[in-house]
This record gives sequence, C-alpha cells and structure tokens, in this order.
Amino acid sequence: MSAGAAPVLLIDRLHVALPPGSDRAHAVENISLSIHAGKTLCVVGESGSGKSVMATAVMGLLARELLPGPGSIVLQGESLLDASAQRLRALRGQAMGMVFQEPMTALNPVMTCGDQIDELLRQHTDWGAKRRGEAVLQILQRVKLPEPERMMRSYPHQLSGGQRQRIVIAMAVILQPALLICDEPTTALDVTTQKEILRLIEELQADLSGGHRCAVLFITHDMGVVAEIADEVLVMHQGRAVEYGTRDAVLNAPQADYTKMLLAAVPSMTPPPARPAPQGAPLLRGVKVGKTYSARDWLGRQRLTHALKDASVAVLGGETVGIVGESGSGKSTLARCLVRLIDPTLGQVFWGDAKVCQLGESALRPLRSRVQIVFQDPNRSLNPRRTVGDSIMEGAINFGATRPEAVRAAAHLMHQVRLPIDSLQRYPSQFSGGQRQRLAIARALACKPQVLVADEAVSALDVSVQAQILALLREIQAELGLGLLFITHDLRVAAQLCDRVIVMHQGQIVEEGPTAALYAHPQHDYTRRLLAAAPGAEI
Amino acid sequence: MQVWKLLLQRLWRNSAFRFGVGVLGVLLLLAALAPVLGTVDPAAMDSAHINTAAGARGEFAQLDGTLVKHTFWMGADNFGRDIFSRVLYGTRTSLLVAAFTATVAIGVGALLGMLAGYFRLVDAVLMRFMDGLMAIPAILLAIALVAALGAQLWTVVVAIAIPEIPRVTRLVRSMVLTLREEPFVEAARALATPTPVILWRHILPNAMAPLIVQGTFVAASAVLTEAILSFLGLGLPADIPTWGNIMAEGRVQFTQYPGNVLFPALFLVPTVLAINLLGDGLRDVLDPKFSKRGR
Repeated sequence: MSAGAAPVLLIDRLHVALPPGSDRAHAVENISLSIHAGKTLCVVGESGSGKSVMATAVMGLLARELLPGPGSIVLQGESLLDASAQRLRALRGQAMGMVFQEPMTALNPVMTCGDQIDELLRQHTDWGAKRRGEAVLQILQRVKLPEPERMMRSYPHQLSGGQRQRIVIAMAVILQPALLICDEPTTALDVTTQKEILRLIEELQADLSGGHRCAVLFITHDMGVVAEIADEVLVMHQGRAVEYGTRDAVLNAPQADYTKMLLAAVPSMTPPPARPAPQGAPLLRGVKVGKTYSARDWLGRQRLTHALKDASVAVLGGETVGIVGESGSGKSTLARCLVRLIDPTLGQVFWGDAKVCQLGESALRPLRSRVQIVFQDPNRSLNPRRTVGDSIMEGAINFGATRPEAVRAAAHLMHQVRLPIDSLQRYPSQFSGGQRQRLAIARALACKPQVLVADEAVSALDVSVQAQILALLREIQAELGLGLLFITHDLRVAAQLCDRVIVMHQGQIVEEGPTAALYAHPQHDYTRRLLAAAPGAEI
Repeated sequence: MQVWKLLLQRLWRNSAFRFGVGVLGVLLLLAALAPVLGTVDPAAMDSAHINTAAGARGEFAQLDGTLVKHTFWMGADNFGRDIFSRVLYGTRTSLLVAAFTATVAIGVGALLGMLAGYFRLVDAVLMRFMDGLMAIPAILLAIALVAALGAQLWTVVVAIAIPEIPRVTRLVRSMVLTLREEPFVEAARALATPTPVILWRHILPNAMAPLIVQGTFVAASAVLTEAILSFLGLGLPADIPTWGNIMAEGRVQFTQYPGNVLFPALFLVPTVLAINLLGDGLRDVLDPKFSKRGR
C-alpha cells in the first residue's frame, strides 16, 4: 500500500525512441506525469501523438522496435523499466489492469468469458476452483452484466459490444489493481453504451481495493469524454506534453495554442442559426424505402432481417440533411439504397425525376453521375494500386470526357480540395487520412453530381482534420449548390453541419426535424436518450 | 516507379528470394546457352559410346556422320546418347513447362475466380464444377488428359494446368469476395464504371500478390508432375529430352549406371526447391498477413 501522498504511478521525463528512419526521433519525448489513488488522468491527443505508446510502455508491452529510456516509470515505488519480464507479467493484472479499445479482439473467441476471467485468477492466485468461480461471478455482478451465470458460459461473439467491454473491464479489475489503464475503451462503442461504460469505470474506481481507490490512466482522443471523467488532463502532440493540469484549467482556460486549437475544433452541441430553407424540387428522394435480408437455414426455413423499414428522405439542392443513429440503426443501409449500391426490397428511389429502383445496372449507369458517395474509411476508399489522378479522372471519363478534359478537371478539383496538383501522380499510400478523404471528395465531385452522400465521412479522422473536412464540404456545397446527405453517429458534427436531422433507430426513422428544434426539443424518447448520452455537454 | 524500387529492395533483403532467384538464374542461363556449353545433339545416338562412364573424353559421331571431340561429363546412356546434353536441353523443357503451366493455370483460374467471386449465379454453378474437379487426384487427371490428347508440349502443359485451376479459382474467388465489398470498388460502381473494367482495374491488381505467389507454387509442382508423367512413360516422347524421361530411360539399368537417374535428379531437386523458396520469399514480402506487424 502506498503511503498518503505518494502517487500510484509516477512517470518522470520518459522517452521512447522510434526506430531510425521514422518521421521523428521519439514516439514519446520527455513526458512526466503522476496519478494519485482515486484520481483519473486523461491523456488526450490526436492519432500519432504517442499517447498509446506511453500507455504500452507503462504496461511493459512495447513493440521490440521501440526502445524506452531515458526516464523512469515508477508504479507504487517500483521502477517498471528496470523490472524483469517475469516481474512485469506478475504486475500486469495484479498491480495494473488494462482495458483496450476493441473488446472483440481483446477477448479470445474460442474461450468462454468465464474461463478467460478465471485464467487470470489461476495465474495470479492460489485459490481453489470454487473460490475462483465465486470471484468470477461476483465481478460479473460488479460490472453490472445481466444474468452473470449465463455470461460466464457465453462466448464473446454471443455478447454485444458493450457487454464485451464489461467483460474486459471485469478482467482488468478482478485482482483489484492499484492502476487501471484504459486505452480508448469507448471509441468502438455507441454513445449510449459509452456513457454506461464511463459511469461503470467511475463506480469501480470508487469501490475497488477495499476502500483504497484505484488510479486510472485514461487514453482518449475525445474531448467530450475528458470533460466527463477526468480529474487531470495531459495533452500530447507529436510525442511531447503540450499541456498538463486539472480538467477545469485545461478545458476552460487552455494555455497552449495546440490545446486551444483542439478544443476549438470540437464541434459544439448547439446548432448554429438556421439557414434559409432551400426551394425547389428534391434532387434525391427515397419513398418508404425498405431493405430485408433473407437467409435460409439448413432446413430451408427462411429467416428475415429487416435492416431498414419505411424510410422516406428528400434532399434539396443546397441543403444538408443529416441521418444520425447508432450502429445497426440502418443509416448506412439507407445511404446505400439511395445510391443504389444495394437494391432496396421495398419503396422507390428518385434521382431528380428518374425512378431508379427498377432500373438495371446498365440503365442506371448514365444516371449515376447525379448521386455520388464518400465513405468512412479513408484507407480503403481509394484503390491502392492506382495513382490518385487515375482514380479521380475515372468518373469524368466514364461520363464521356476526353482525357485532356479530365486532366484539366482533375487539376481544378485538386485546387478545390486544397491539395497540390502534383498529388495526381502519387499513390494513395503517400497521403494522410485527411488528405485521402479530400481525394475521395474530389473523386466524387469529378462527375459533377447534384447530391453528395457522405457515409460517416469524417468519423475516422482526428478532430482538427475533421473540422477542415467539414469546412471544405460546406464551402463546396455553397459553391456548387449541392444537396448533401450526411450520415453520422456524431451528434456534434450533425449539429454543426446539418439543416435538418433524421434520427434512426433499429431500421426505422424515429424522428426528424430542423436541427435547432430537434436538439432543443426532442420529441421521441430515443432521441432524448441519444442527446443525453453525448459526452461533455458543457464544451 | 519508386514503389517498385522499394519493393525490389525489400524482396532482395529476403534470403529465400535471393537464393531462389540465384538458382533459377543459373538454370535459365544453362538452358539458354545449352548449344554453346559443349553439348551435342541430345537426340543423337552413337553406338560407340553406349554406357560410357561419366567424365570420359572421346569423339562423338553426330547425326550427319561427322566426328566431334566431346567430353561426356555425365556419361552416355544405353543408346549412346550424351546425358549432359540431354539434361541441359531437358532444362529448357522443364522450365518451359513450368512457365507455361503457371501462366495457363493462373490466367484461367484468375478469370474463373473473378467471375465466380463477382457474379453470384456463376459462383453457384462454377464452384460446384470446381469441387468436382478437385475430387479427382491431380496426377490421375493429368495422366488421363495426356492419354486422351496425346503427348506434345502443349497437351502436357494443359494436362498439368487443369488440375491446378480449381485451386487458383478458389483463391481468387475468396479474394474477390472481400475486395468487392471494399469502398473503392463501391465508389467505382457509383462512378458508373462498367463491371468488366471494375474487375480488371480495381479488383485484379489488388489480388495480384497472392496470385504471383500461387503461380510459383504451381510452377514448382508442374516441374515435378511433368517429370512424373515422363517417368511413367506418358510424357513427352524421347526425342524431346526432359528430366523425367531421361530418368525413366535410366531406370532400367539403375543398379549398373545410377548416373542416368541421379544427374537429372541433381537438376530437378534444386529447381523445385528454388521455385518454392522464391515463392516463399515473395509471399513474405507481398502478403501482409505473413509480414511482421506494424508499418
């Protein structure tokens, strides 16, 4: 037990070197921090800031190419950098517990959840089977899993994402560690689940270790999460500490420019004043669109999955319509139906005045230029084997442009999305995520669409990059008078960008309305829950 | 083109790849330069030299009757043919069979695999046919095909390639099934790119790396299968020397003159090994699943 004022974890001027030839010399450079029992330190930063490297250094799980030192990591008075591999193994689980981002990959898919928790106890204690079984059951109750006996016997794939993360948390805290390391534990979860998990971590922190509260090192990129749970905040950028202070100081009176920029880039939950409503006929319209997947089991019995029911949407020129919802709400299915990447089973889709549901692929092709789509994952939305130029010109050439015309148009598009013209000769792997998303937008614009569908187009990006892409979308919309259908799970982004918002839940539209009205006075119960779950309402 | 330079650098750092390329390079040179490496007509028989010992010197009577000075590095067989010449010319045949078979199997397999992976209706029919084909042992199928078509270079190539096609088809099909769901393929569909162009431009290049690797394994097994066919007397006729038929003819007097079997084997084994190592090296570098983690 550490004495009164001694911190549980003390990191002093820690460096972690990157292998030679990397873009910088250190993944982590001169980081110092301390966490006391019962406190939560949030480490915030964008991708590549070194925050996860620092956490893995504490766990002693650094990749072989990464060399820690100089500096020190002291856990309850014991230096971790000098500890043997064997000692570190004993400490992990017993003195420090870890929760990772993706609960599916953190769990072994061929072991029951109960056995996986039990394994920890077998490693670290000399308890008998009966006592271990009781401990497992008890911890499952503590992490508030329904029907703990059933959960013990379940395999990870039989649980939901939130339940899986609870199992991972149960494994992290069952030995009552002094330090709990959480590396983006809620990033892969829906907002409502995220809220529950954050609350659970807080509660566990309070009653762990027999009255002795544990320290939490919480890695996140989400300022909203920081506002929810942090006591202290460390902001990292390019491996260095930019700012370190209490939550209120960092969030309300940031000193460093980078912190200010980061906070400014977080979209506000309060929608801006409404723009004048656009006039004219809808450019893209879905009427009672439905999509049902059917599968037959080995007896030939049909099983239907209603991914989408009765969804009606209309997008006018110059207007931005948002579709928000959690995973599995059918929002992406709706987007794909509207772009006719999948065939709706019910309803009708109009591109302008053309009915497109019954058209075959070849009849559809001449109309395809009207509606274009931008996808979520910038790493996979461009063909890695073709130059950016070839990818961008493909659409224009498909719609009859000659090659010189397409080259000229591509150059103009590069200017529009603020990338140098010589980008056209390069390959996608030579660009960052944000730049690739710009390229994907340029490609969609190349065939002069009337409506752009953005399917989670900024969800994989850092907030600062996200802000740039959103600004770009707004600007392009103003310039070209595009209709924009924006699908997102992020209520903040929707608040800032959309004129109207449609809320989807379990394949159905539950509510829709002008953004300001909907955020101020949500009618449907689910919308209210969704809005309440958005972390960090005060920023 | 920097991409290619980087790739070559990474390949060259792989020792399996270097060994494979080195051995195959030597074999290719030997095959190409066979006429100037002190060989005689591989089909010519000189009754004066029946079963001459390895390393012996003498004069060899060519087909037109002229005598040339000749060293029998590997001796002569029971028809008085020079084994060294036969083995070197046999290298040509073996490498040709390997290259053609790999090309045919990969080409046809890739085409069928892409169709099966992209079009559901084709998939159901084609893959059942492929399953059927895979149920027949490869060597039996090859023997039956050569027997039916007659033994020529192209029939041997086809006979060896056909049993390989289902494997390649399955590989390509499984890759296409994942690739067709990739956002860049969906984007191409949204851009009204015609389906054949999508297959050719967006799907095939991204499936190429495992295909090349599979190609090397097909080539290695083609060398072996060709040797087996010839050894069983079903391969190319004796006037076209191959390692397999040299060994087959040497077999009858293996106990007295083991060299007739061992010398071609000395070429066959390293060839197969080199092609397989080349494939392993390519796979390690091209297939991210086997490469070390991290970027």
